[in-house]
Amino acid sequence: MLYIALLFYIAWWVDKRADRGASVVSNPYIYALSLAVYCTAWTFFGSVGRATSGGLSFLAVYLGPSLLAPLWYMLLRKMILISKNQRITSIADFISSRYGKSSNLAILVTVIAVTGIVPYISIQLRAVTQGINVLANLSPNAGNLEGYFWKDAAFYVALAMAIFAAVFGTRKLDPNERHEGLVAAIAFESLVKLLAFLAVGIFVTYSIYDGFGDLFAQAALNEATVKLFSFQSSGVTPFAWFVLIMLSLFAIILLPRQFHISVVENTTPRHIPKAMWVFPLYLLLINIFVLPVALAGKMLFDGSVLPDTYVLSLPLKMGAPWLALATFIGGFSAATGMVVVEATALSIMFSNHILVPLLIRSRGTSNETKKTGFSDRLLDIRRFSILLMLLLAYLYQRAIGASHDLVSVGLISFTAAAQLAPAVIGGMYWKRATHQGAMTGLITGFLVWAFCLPLPSLAQAGLIPNDFVQNGLFGIGFLKPYALFGLEGMDAISHAAFWSLLINGWTYAIVSINTQPNMLTLTQANIFVNIQNYIGGQDWDILKREAKMFDLRNVLNRFLGENRTQIILQEYETTNNISLKNEKNAPSDLINFAETHLAGAIGAASARLMLDNVTKEEAITLDEVMRILEQTKEAVAHSHIMETKNAELNTLTTQLTDANEQLKTLDRLKADFITTITHEIRTPVTSIRSLSKIILDYRNELDEKQISEYLQVLVNESNRISRLINQVLDIEKLQSETMPYSFEKIDLREIVQTPIAGMQQLFAEKNIRCEFKWPSEEMLIDGDRDKLIQVMVNLLSNALKFCPLNEGIIAVSLQKEQNFIILKVKDNGIGIPKSRQKDIFEKFTQINSVGQGKPYGTGLGLFITKKIVEQHKGSIRVESELGKGASFEVTFSA
Amino acid sequence: MENHSKILIVDDEPNIILVLEFLLEKQGYQVKKAFDGLHALEILVDFTPDVIVLDVMMPNMDGFETASAIRKIPELEATTIVFLTAKGTETDRRQGYNTGAEYYMIKPFDNDVFLSTISEILAYG
Repeated sequence: MLYIALLFYIAWWVDKRADRGASVVSNPYIYALSLAVYCTAWTFFGSVGRATSGGLSFLAVYLGPSLLAPLWYMLLRKMILISKNQRITSIADFISSRYGKSSNLAILVTVIAVTGIVPYISIQLRAVTQGINVLANLSPNAGNLEGYFWKDAAFYVALAMAIFAAVFGTRKLDPNERHEGLVAAIAFESLVKLLAFLAVGIFVTYSIYDGFGDLFAQAALNEATVKLFSFQSSGVTPFAWFVLIMLSLFAIILLPRQFHISVVENTTPRHIPKAMWVFPLYLLLINIFVLPVALAGKMLFDGSVLPDTYVLSLPLKMGAPWLALATFIGGFSAATGMVVVEATALSIMFSNHILVPLLIRSRGTSNETKKTGFSDRLLDIRRFSILLMLLLAYLYQRAIGASHDLVSVGLISFTAAAQLAPAVIGGMYWKRATHQGAMTGLITGFLVWAFCLPLPSLAQAGLIPNDFVQNGLFGIGFLKPYALFGLEGMDAISHAAFWSLLINGWTYAIVSINTQPNMLTLTQANIFVNIQNYIGGQDWDILKREAKMFDLRNVLNRFLGENRTQIILQEYETTNNISLKNEKNAPSDLINFAETHLAGAIGAASARLMLDNVTKEEAITLDEVMRILEQTKEAVAHSHIMETKNAELNTLTTQLTDANEQLKTLDRLKADFITTITHEIRTPVTSIRSLSKIILDYRNELDEKQISEYLQVLVNESNRISRLINQVLDIEKLQSETMPYSFEKIDLREIVQTPIAGMQQLFAEKNIRCEFKWPSEEMLIDGDRDKLIQVMVNLLSNALKFCPLNEGIIAVSLQKEQNFIILKVKDNGIGIPKSRQKDIFEKFTQINSVGQGKPYGTGLGLFITKKIVEQHKGSIRVESELGKGASFEVTFSA
Repeated sequence: MENHSKILIVDDEPNIILVLEFLLEKQGYQVKKAFDGLHALEILVDFTPDVIVLDVMMPNMDGFETASAIRKIPELEATTIVFLTAKGTETDRRQGYNTGAEYYMIKPFDNDVFLSTISEILAYG
């Protein structure tokens, strides 16, 4: 009783100090000691019990957190950062918050936690009861199970602990403000249990025996104890070791009480590095004497005393009752510490995720609740939850009885806590994980766990038919809870852990991959995975919400009380430097701000539900979505799609640019063409107009010769215009390939000779020589005579145009090479620059050669030529160099 | 109808030359003709006309280049340059004035309008 009073005093004193702003618990050593709430009655009594049968295997659950300290450090640090940022109050809150603040998920996790942890609390009750009985010189399990519960010491232990936990854990409402008194008391208890255990260990080792050497030497001679030294004979396989180490690693972060102490009650992540070595050191110290005590007990009692109570029985037998009492206080500390924190953590989950949402749903926002207010009620709900937890634990303890040792029951809880691992760890490192994945993973893992561990133990205790344990569910051999799917040869824990985690993990992953996360899950996923980007920043919400100031204030008043509401609103005003006095509508970030505070009191899911009642969501605008996408750099899947789209866009852009370039070129060519055509038409029209006017005006003065000369010009110029128009029309026909061809056998020699003869006059005018050697051989092809003559005329006119006056030479040749007939028209004119040689066969292209302002012709000649040649299945090409003439070469198949 | 004003016509189209020469000689002007810009500059070495009628699109040296070259010759400062061309866009016209021409006429032209322009130039500079 004195001891309990001392604990209360510590808690009260620390809380008072904290109120004055001088925090005692913000200290890495206190933090590390409070983490030692991990060491429960299980450690204190159970480890010795386990050591008597399993040798060193009791160490596995302590090796986990020690060996894997770096991994633990990483996980814990991230969890703390996330939780502080999101104002998370429990492991259920953590998971629910990660997967879109889902209230269903929170309920599921709460159910798993409560179900999973109840056996754990029950062993604390049993250990304390056993301790009392040993001290009272009764048989450890006295108070018999057949009797009425009010004759059972365990019932009163449960009741006492419930009161203890209620008083400690629910002194204040907001778990965000942390329970400094509680932490201090826990740390103190950790110290007490360590010292107590060390005292017993030293007593056994140095007082009963002469130190470690003597003790181990004697144990080595004893047949019953010698097998405890080796790994193999302990019956624990390497796989079981591995499983235990993993389970304990998960337990150290995922057990609700560990989450509460290490994450929720953490004052600053800076304490973690020190805790990383202080805490394992603590574990080492408290375990040093486990084996000696176990060996001594086994040798001295020879199986007549329950191994779980050796730490008490040994001092009693050796005549040191004061030490036995001190040890009991140590064990009591271990048990109460665990129960208080665990019950507090579970009650937070239970009330926030199950009871409060139920109340809110059933009452809505009716006037009645507004009047009564929730803040007092919440504390009652918490207290009620704690009581419920311990009653359940008591019932379980009564049901199972003493059929299992402490450690076995504890490990059942560890395995349950481990079911949360995929959802939690996956949630912190894998953005793609979805709400549905977490939900199905947890459910399947939990069901496998329940089927493999607690159900068989209930069956063995005779509460439910035992048949399925022996023969499998529905008599199916594959569904034996200790040998699922025919997997035998493992101990029950390893077996259950293996199957439940395997199925849990795979379901989680597969369902996640095959479902789409909703918007809120995506945002939350991004915050959880990339928490470092959000530390210190305002947390933002993708939903832009609006609410009436009046409604918001009402909600806050109801759950936080008027004073706290006032303080919170003032805090918001000062940080944002605005006044809310005249605001009718609450801005979106104030709602978020209020939500995080409200979440501290009633959990994220409930807070969301409450605010949903008073807010209306605005559809988010496209550019906000874009901003969010940008900011979250969302999902690899998305960015893959974007990359593909981007590549497609790039290709399209290139194509468009090319097409645009072509269009521009065409456009320019067309403009040039029109200019050229216009010029080409204007020039003869000018001559015709002016000359006809002259003839008209001066007909009396002109002689016969002049008149006929002028009339000839008019005829020529009119022909010129007709030719031009025909060419333009030809182009149009070539374009649509409708130019009529009439093929016949023709001799190319004749085709070449005819235009040369016809153009003699033109050559002579410019004093140009045109050479053509008539081949002796016939050059027959299938062709259209007129069209081919047009080709020849075009080539000759070009040559003529570019040849220099007086010195021009045009060489035409026709020769047969194998199956080809090659026609060459070569001039010694100005030539064509290499860069233009490709273009000249295009429509509208004209060569404006250096120093020449005037293009010769319409720019259509070579285009038409080429088209005609192609219609004869021939080809045309040019060889030329600027200043060295040009040579056109037409090839036909003979 | 004697007139001693001197006029140079520059065009690569023989038929245009034919027309211009006929019209101007009928007015009694002293006319010389060139087939392109280079040919014109050759003639201008020892011939100082009052008016030069200049086509634009010609081989070897176009009308714009020719006008610029002419404006660099101090002896021809008093000579009026008249473009007579089928290039009728506003851009062409501006370029024509920029090279130093005083008049810009577009083909096809009305014989009488052309002649009255020339006589105006000769009367008032």
